[in-house]
This record gives sequence, structure tokens and C-alpha cells, in this order.
Amino acid sequence: MDILSLFVVVPVLTVLVLVFAKNLKQARVISLIGMTIQFAMSINLIFAYIKERTVNTDIMVFTKDALWFENFNIHYSIGVDAISVLMIALTSTVILAGIFISWKVDDLAKEFFVSLIILASGVFGFFISIDLFTLFVFYEIAVIPMYLLIGIWGSGPKENSAMKLTLMLMGASAVLSVGILGIYFNSNADGGALTFNILEIAKVHIPVAAQNLFFPFVFIGFAVIGALFPFHTWSPSGHASAPTAVSMLHAGVLMKLGGYGIFRIAMYLLPLGAINWTDFFLVLAGFGVIYGAFGAVMQKDLKYVNAYASVSHLSLVLFALLMLNKTAWTGAIIQSLSHGLLTALFFALIGMVYGRTHTREIEKLGGLMKILPFIGAIYVITGLAYLGLPGFSGFVAEMNIFVGAFQHPDMFHRIITIVVISSIVVTAVYILRMVGKIMMGPLSNTEYAKLPKATWYEKAGLILLMIPVIIIGVMPFGLSEMIKASIQPFLERLL
Amino acid sequence: MIAGINIYEILTLTSILFFIGLYGFFTRENLITVLLSIELILNASALNFVLINTYLYPDLLQGAIFTIFIIALAAAETALAIAIIINLYKLIYSVEVKDTETMKY
Amino acid sequence: MDFSYTILIPLIPLALFVILGIFSKKIPPSISGWIGSLGLGTSFVLSWYTAYSYFLGGKLNGVYQTFIYKTTWLNFTDKLHIDMGVLIDPISVMMLVVVSTISFMVHLYSRGYMKGDDGYTRFFSYLALFSFSMFGLVLATNLFQMYIFWELVGASSYLLIGYYYTKPSAVAAGKKAFIVTRFADLGFLIGILLISYYSGTFDFQEINSLHGSIITNWAATSFMGLSVITWGLILIYLGAAGKSAMMPFHIWLPDAMEGPTPVSALIHAATMVVAGVYLVARLFPVYYFVENGFALQIVAYVGAISSLVAAIIAITQTDIKRVLAFSTMSQIGYMMLALGVSKYDGHEGLGYMASMFHLFTHAMFKALLFLGAGSVIHIVHSNYLKDMGNLRKHMPITHITFLIASLSIAGFPGFAGFFSKDEILAAAYENNMLIYVSSVLVAGLTAFYIFRLYFGIFWGKDNTYEHTPHESPWSMTIPMLFLAFMSIAGGYIPFSDYISADSIPFKSHLNLPLAAIATSIGFIGIILAYVFYKKENNLPERFANSFGVFYKWTYHKFYFDEIYLFVTKKILFGIVGFSAAWFDKHIVDGTMVGIGNTTVAISEKIKGWQSGKFQDYAMSFVGGGVVIAMVVFYIWIN
Repeated sequence: MDILSLFVVVPVLTVLVLVFAKNLKQARVISLIGMTIQFAMSINLIFAYIKERTVNTDIMVFTKDALWFENFNIHYSIGVDAISVLMIALTSTVILAGIFISWKVDDLAKEFFVSLIILASGVFGFFISIDLFTLFVFYEIAVIPMYLLIGIWGSGPKENSAMKLTLMLMGASAVLSVGILGIYFNSNADGGALTFNILEIAKVHIPVAAQNLFFPFVFIGFAVIGALFPFHTWSPSGHASAPTAVSMLHAGVLMKLGGYGIFRIAMYLLPLGAINWTDFFLVLAGFGVIYGAFGAVMQKDLKYVNAYASVSHLSLVLFALLMLNKTAWTGAIIQSLSHGLLTALFFALIGMVYGRTHTREIEKLGGLMKILPFIGAIYVITGLAYLGLPGFSGFVAEMNIFVGAFQHPDMFHRIITIVVISSIVVTAVYILRMVGKIMMGPLSNTEYAKLPKATWYEKAGLILLMIPVIIIGVMPFGLSEMIKASIQPFLERLL
Repeated sequence: MIAGINIYEILTLTSILFFIGLYGFFTRENLITVLLSIELILNASALNFVLINTYLYPDLLQGAIFTIFIIALAAAETALAIAIIINLYKLIYSVEVKDTETMKY
Repeated sequence: MDFSYTILIPLIPLALFVILGIFSKKIPPSISGWIGSLGLGTSFVLSWYTAYSYFLGGKLNGVYQTFIYKTTWLNFTDKLHIDMGVLIDPISVMMLVVVSTISFMVHLYSRGYMKGDDGYTRFFSYLALFSFSMFGLVLATNLFQMYIFWELVGASSYLLIGYYYTKPSAVAAGKKAFIVTRFADLGFLIGILLISYYSGTFDFQEINSLHGSIITNWAATSFMGLSVITWGLILIYLGAAGKSAMMPFHIWLPDAMEGPTPVSALIHAATMVVAGVYLVARLFPVYYFVENGFALQIVAYVGAISSLVAAIIAITQTDIKRVLAFSTMSQIGYMMLALGVSKYDGHEGLGYMASMFHLFTHAMFKALLFLGAGSVIHIVHSNYLKDMGNLRKHMPITHITFLIASLSIAGFPGFAGFFSKDEILAAAYENNMLIYVSSVLVAGLTAFYIFRLYFGIFWGKDNTYEHTPHESPWSMTIPMLFLAFMSIAGGYIPFSDYISADSIPFKSHLNLPLAAIATSIGFIGIILAYVFYKKENNLPERFANSFGVFYKWTYHKFYFDEIYLFVTKKILFGIVGFSAAWFDKHIVDGTMVGIGNTTVAISEKIKGWQSGKFQDYAMSFVGGGVVIAMVVFYIWIN
């Protein structure tokens, strides 16, 4: 078994073992073991990748290929570059933390963990695929369990939210599949067989007309899950209704599939389409950044604040991708990682607060720092990291994006960059408002004085997520060089 | 081959039989009578098989064999339908078509 | 010469922060105070040693050399990268001394002041974080490193202002300080981007180089009648104005007094708030040469206006820490205007030197004033002047040191403030008469409000106190005594031998006529304060009444806060934010929900075809079969 396929096999095996679990205790231990292995493998993969890179200069390394369906030339072909390696590491971190946070699921524990891990296996498969069809299949595997997870284990108007989320993502999938088929049927422009393989398609010249036609399909197909304005409305209600671990995984990882897909497929395979369409989408993405930030200021529910904040931060990823230069792209990737970790942290923290106080309304909470010092401290640190304080990953990401975007030779791009930069002030407003209200000040409710302190598994989950945030923030050099090297072939397509 | 009667007359008869059955099937309100109408349709087609066999291909037996099949099928079908109807009656105390509409949407 | 050891100066506090921060629950207060003080003591010694060796041996052919040690931290593009390192030149060494001295003194002082507080260790870890960030800012080799530490000092200021986190006003003040400075930093960041876009570098050395692309080539670009570089500099000055509480970003500083008093002394009087001055000084060649100093003019006028307005407001405030806060703002305005009127070469660059000189002396006497105020507040448990009075007998050391600091800030001859203020006035006199006049006026106002404070606290009415007042413990008075010493001795340092705009030492002299004018104006201020506040009387009230509306306006700080609140709360978040939320809920989400609802409505319409009558289905089946048969037949016969 090769190093990459294991990433799909281990979750599947975990699920198979989980089926025999008898109760919550067994289920969570099995999931924990499976995902710890997964986590260890992803750390190993990073080092293996760095080692492999010293001898191998291909775009993708660790490639494997197996014919799957001959008639349409569909292969199971896998391979990774730095970006997918990092995304895999992010996913395994978030899912492991998610297992810790879900240590005490109320009902149907086994089924919960099964759905969660199936979702994760889809995400892992997505990140290792370099065949469009396989990639699409894994994408669908990742999206579907979401419906069950929100609909069954959620809170509030969960059925409605789950339906809205799934329908919008399915709609996007439909659009996306048109785009993918469009690429497929143009993949033999220079003669030869039609192919789904990304690397092969990158070698042919897809006609400009086809690129212009299919770019928006692929872009919007992925951008819906990346919360592009105005297709973001599934995310606030979906996040608000989802159980904690699902919110973490969804905002932390699943929404990154959008940016990753755009980068990997839309930008790489349809470079000319990208160049022609950037201005239009840039306005949408830039607007989304400001809009999400202002939206977050006005929310009353903690999860809604975070959901709109995610819209703002992920629009920034799309914005950076559309800037089409190396620095901005590096920023986009780091922002994906950073936002994944930070938003997972936020959702975990919100889940802990909600689990104790049974309310998420900002107005009703207050002064929890005194009662829950550990959670409070991490909350403040996460908040500061989220608003882009140096020393945390968010700063590195944002500065890469801003500097990169500002290096654009076109005046229009620089002006829109300035507008986007101003969002950092609004971010500070909503983060500090939230932190100040719920953690600081006098205790809002005397009953809160007896809330239980953070347990070991909660601490484990939080620390697990916090460590990479600080590592990226303090020592970004290795990471950014690694990403830059992998971006190079993608960038060359645009020139 | 029946003397003095040509195939067209008999085909006319079976056609009439068939359409009476069809009409009954569409319009009768009682499930039992609907079932009777189905029997008419089946019998019409069974007759057709036999007659066309006898008139056009007297040397062959396929039509007759098919007819036997149809009779067997009709019997089985009737048994099944009656079973359904009885069960339905147990459930809703009615064998009226209009009472079986609850399955819509 | 090798100054690479200076990297230890920021790294020691960083280590302290990490240790104290992570183990804040484990380390007992008795130890953490000592660890913190010891660590900062090391930085203090290293800084003074650096200053000693640099100013004595850092010259080459009469010019102070710049030493840079750096490593690349993050690459943006081929040209643009963030370096982390230390830059040793006259002003950074001077700032090192200021920061380490005040920080060390505040650490010592806090051991007494914060005694018995719940978050004692946490407090020291925050202080260490701040010291680390401030050292990093001072030693920055490039704009981006400065921006990084600029943000970090902002964050540590946020944490320290909100140190008493159960107090809503403290939390609100911290939030306000962070957001206002963050807004200003937005300007800073955009300014950096503009400058780096045109120069292709963040490095101070390259940007400031007299032969560099910015200074020689600023005219190549233009935007709305000004060079883009000038716009960049103005934006960077926005950041500086935010940190240094210049108009109109000063609103956060008075509120920041909610923090513990040692913090106000360290951050909001001596070090962080002068970061803006330091930034302008750092980029001084660019400010001076680009567009013939257009941006520098703005610096000068903003500084002058801020200093005047703040001095006026300070007269009417009743919270002693707020008086000091406005005084700080006013004095920083002094430094800004001194930079603004300065020129570049030799004695022409007097303003630059004066500004740095005043920064130095101000740090000493203003920190002392705050520590003194803290000592008083510690005993009286109130910030308000009305709760104090006649404390001189109970607190002799606090009284004497406070008096020294007051005399120093009032520019009394022989004290440190006298010398630095004189240089500023001289620089203003030589270059801009309008600014000079306003500065002299401010000098008088300063003397008045500071002695109002002094008489109000230590003389005046005899208040009854809950506990009999007594002198603060030695841990608090020793730092005060040291700073009192510096508030006198600091003035006798020959600053122009060390610091000048072009790094070439020059000789400066006391300008006697100007000094005489300023001193006599100061005297008038002191005497007025004496008459008004030495003994309790109704003069101040009558005086205030005679000013009527103007007094009311001043008392309410010219309603700056109210205007800001209106703009942000009502307009920005009320109207824009509200309508964005409404738009999102009803238009965007409404559209998506609408699509769903339309689908449902359509299916509602057509579901009637599914009648549930099997006879209908059979009819359609047969009908369909017939139609298809007819079509097939029709096609077949044709």
C-alpha cells in the first residue's frame, strides 16, 4: 500500500471497526486511535515529502495510477505537492481535534463518528486525487455526510439548515460537473484520447473559447463551498445548526476544498479563462471580504459571528487566488491553513461555552474568563490571532496576500486591495467586541459561577490546534518556501 | 376453424370485448368490478391468440400454448388481486376505488 | 564593533513572557516579580552598556555608524522580504536606554504596587511581552519589522489596559485603544505598501539613503497633485499619529488610563506612545526630502495643534491620570512639531535633536509623574482630585519626587525639561513663527495644569481619609527616586553630541532670550496655579464660570468621543452594518430561499397530476401508448 492511499484506507478501516463498537466509550476510543494514526501519517508525510523533494522535481510526487473505468479513461490516480500535503496535515489535525471535542456525544455516538470519519475520508481523497473524476467523487463523498451530521446531531432549525446547505452544495456540484465535463471533452485539443488526468490536461492547449466558457462553471462550482458572495448564505445557518465537531471540520476543512479546487483546477487547467474572468470575480470576492466583516459585526449569535467572519476570511482566499501572482497565492494557501485552524479553534471554544451555558447569545454571556480561565485565555489568544496579530498564522497569511496583491501592476487591482485591507479594522471590531463581552466584564449570570473547568480532552483538542497556529506565525520561512516551490508550475501556466 | 364465421367477425367480437374491459377498468368504482374488467381484457387477448392461431397457422400450436399461459396467469393475478382487495378491506373497510387515493404524493 | 549581543535585549523579556505566561498559575507571586525584574534588569544593564560603548566608540570620521544584524524571516517576492534583526544607530540606542530604564523601573515599582493582586504573575508576563515588543520596535531594521512589533505593542497595550478584565470600563478602554490604533495602523500598512511598491524595499537604510530611489526619484509618480510617496508618508504618519495619540486619534489615550498605573507610566507615557515620534524620526530623511517636506509640514502642524488642544483640555480634567494623559499628548505634540520644523544638516537639524532630547527627558519625568500619581492612588484609592489634598506630610518622598517632575515638565531652569523644551522652542523659533507662539503658550499652560495637580494633591484642602495615608513601600519609592534623579540629570546630557538628523555631532547652545521668555511664561503658569489651588478657595469655580460654554466644551474634551461614537456606532455600524445584515438576510439569502420556494411552488402546482387514482394512471398509460402507436404508424406509412 502506498503512502497516499493509506490516507483513504485508514479512515475506511476505522469506520469498519467502528461498526462493531458497542457504546460511546468504544466508539470514541476507536475513532481516536484511527485518527491518531492518520495524524501521525500526515506528520510523516510532511517529512517524507520534504525528503522526496530533494531528489524529485516533478509537479506531483508519490504518484500512483490505476485504471478504474476504461471506456471514459477514468483513473484512480493520486499524487501530492506541498499544497496538498499541507492540506492533508490540516485535515488530520482538525479531525483529531474534532474527535477530542466530541468526546461526549449525547446519542447515536457510533453513527456520529462513522459519519464524521466518512466525511474525512472524502476530504483526504479529494486532496490526493489528480484525476478530475476521482476528485469529484471524493468531493461528493465529503459533502453528503454533512446532511446527516447536521440534520441528526444539530441544534436549532437543523433540518432546514441541513437541507439548505446540502441543496446549495449539490447545486454547486451540478455546475461544477458541467465545468469538469467541459474540460474533459476539450482535453484532446492536440489530438489523442480524452483524459481526466490533471497533469495530462495541463499539457494540452484548451481552446480559449472553451476556457472562457468553462472557467466560470468551475470557479462558481468551487466558490460556493468557498463562501463566495452571494453564494455564502448556506454557511451561517449551516454552521449555527451543526454540532461542534462538524462546524470545526466544515469551516476548518471542507470550505477549503473550494479554494483548493479553484487553485488546482480552475487556475491550472483554464489559465486563459482565469485571466479573462478575474476582474469580475475579484469584485465579488473583494466585496465579500468587507461584507462578511460588516455582517459579523451585527450578529448576536456567536456561531453566526464566526460564520460571517469565515465568509470574510475565505473571500480573502479567493481574492488572493484571483490576483494571480506568487506572493498572493502563497498567502492564499497559508490563509487557508491558518483560517482552518483558527476557525476550528473558535468553533471548538464556542462549543465548550455553549455546552456549559446552553446559550450562544453574546448579550447573555459575560465574564467567563474568571470561571473558565483556560478556555478564556485560549479564546483571547484565538481572537488576537484571528484579527491578524503578528506571531500567529493569520498575520503571515494576510501580509502575503496584501503585499502580493499590491504588487499587481494594474491600478484597479491596487485600489481594490486597499479597500480589502481596510477589513482588518472591522475584523478587530467584531473580534474584540465578542471577546470583551463574553469573556471579560462582570459575570452576567450568577449560575455561571459553578461551571465546570475545561477537561483534559478539551484542552488536548485546543492545544493541538493552537500549536500549528503559533508555529506558522513564528517561523513562516520554511512553510512559505515550500509552498512557493510548488506554486511555480501553476504560475507558469498563466504567463 | 369455425364454418361460416370468418376471422373478421370474431376479431370484431374480441375487440369489443377488449374495449368493454378497458372501459370498465377506467370507470368502475368497485375494485372487484375493476378486477372483472381486467379478466375481460385478458380473455379478449386469450381469444385472439387462439383464433389467430387456428385461422392463420393451423399447423402450429404456439397461440394455444400462450392462451394456456394467459389463463394460468389470470388465475394467479386474480388470486393476488383478491388478496390485495381483502387486505385493503381489512384496512379501510371499503373496496371503492375512490378510497384508495391516499397514496398520492 | 560588534553589537550583535543587543539581540538579547528583546529576547530576555520574550523568554520571560513565555515562562511567566505559560506557568502563570504555577509560579508564586513572590518569585515572578523577582524573575521579571531581574530579566529586565539584565536588559537595562545591556542597554546602558550598549549606549556607553556606542556613543563613545561608534563614530567613524565623525559620523555615527549604523550597525545592522539581520536574518530573513519571510520572503514575499524576489525583492521584498521581511527581515528580523537589530539596527543600532544613535536614535535606536537612545530609545533602548529609555525603554529599558522605564521598563526596569516600572517592574521594580509594580512589585510593590501590584502586591496582593490576583493576576500578579499574569501582569508581569504582560509587562515582559510589552517590553519585548517595544525593544523589537526600537531595533527594527525595516518598515515591516517595525509594523510587526507595532502591532504587538498595540496588543500588549490592549491586554494591559484591560488588565482588570472584570471592570467593564477597562475592557471598553482596551478595546477602544486597540481599534483606534488599528485604524491608524491601516494607514501605516497601506503607506508601507505604497512605499515598498515604488522603492522595492522595506529596509530603512535603503529607503533613507540620500541616493536611493525614493529620495532621488519621488517626483516620478503623482496622485491628486502630490507625489505618491508623499501620500505614502502621510499614511505612515497616520499610523504614527494613532500610536502617539495625535489629533484626531487621541481619543483612546485618556481612556487607556483605566489600566494599572505602572502600565500607564510605562506604555502610555514613556515608551509606546512615543513610538510615533520614533517612526517619523526613523524615516526623517524621506520626510524631509520628498516633496520638499510637505508631509513633514503636516507632522508639524498636527503636532502643534494637538499639543495646544491637549494642554487646554488638561486644565479642566479632574481625574489626575487623565490630566497626565492629556499632558502626555501635549508633550508628544511638542516632539512631533520639533521634528516637523527640523531641517537636515548640522545645526539646522536642531529640531530633530530637540525632539529626541525631549523624548528622553519626557520619558523620565512623565513616568515619574505617573508613578507618583500611582503612589497617591495606591494610598487614596481614588483617581479624583476632589478626594485628595494635603498629602505632602504623609508622603514626603512621593511629594518631593512629584515636585521635581512637575518642575521638570514645567520647564523650570535647571531641570531636564527646561533644556529639552528650550531646544524645541529654539527650533520652532528659527523655522515657523506661528508654531513657536503656540508652543510658548503651551509651555505656560503646561506649567499651570501640572501645578494645579501638584497643589491639588499635596496642598489644598485637608481631606479626611478612610485609612491614614502613609508613604508607599521602598519597592515603589526607589524607582521614583531614581527617575527623579534622571529628571534633573537628564538635562545635562550633551544630546547634540550624540544625536542629529545626519548622524554628525554638532554643538548646540542654550538660547538665552528664548529660554527667558519660556521660563517667565512658565512662572506665570505656576503662580496662577499657586493662587488658584494652593489653598482651597472658590477662584477656580468663578474662573470656570466666566468661561461658560468654552469651559464646558473643554471639560468634555471638545466632544471628540461623542463625534467618534456617532460616526462609528450610528453611521458605520448602525447604518452600514445594519443594512448589510438586512441585505444579507433578505436579499441574498432571500434569493436563495426564493429559488427553493419557487421549486416547491411549481411542484405544488403539478403534483395534482398525481391524483392517486390508478384508473387515471392507466388511462394516461393507455392514452400514451395509443399516441405513440399513432406517431410510429404515421412515420411508418410515410
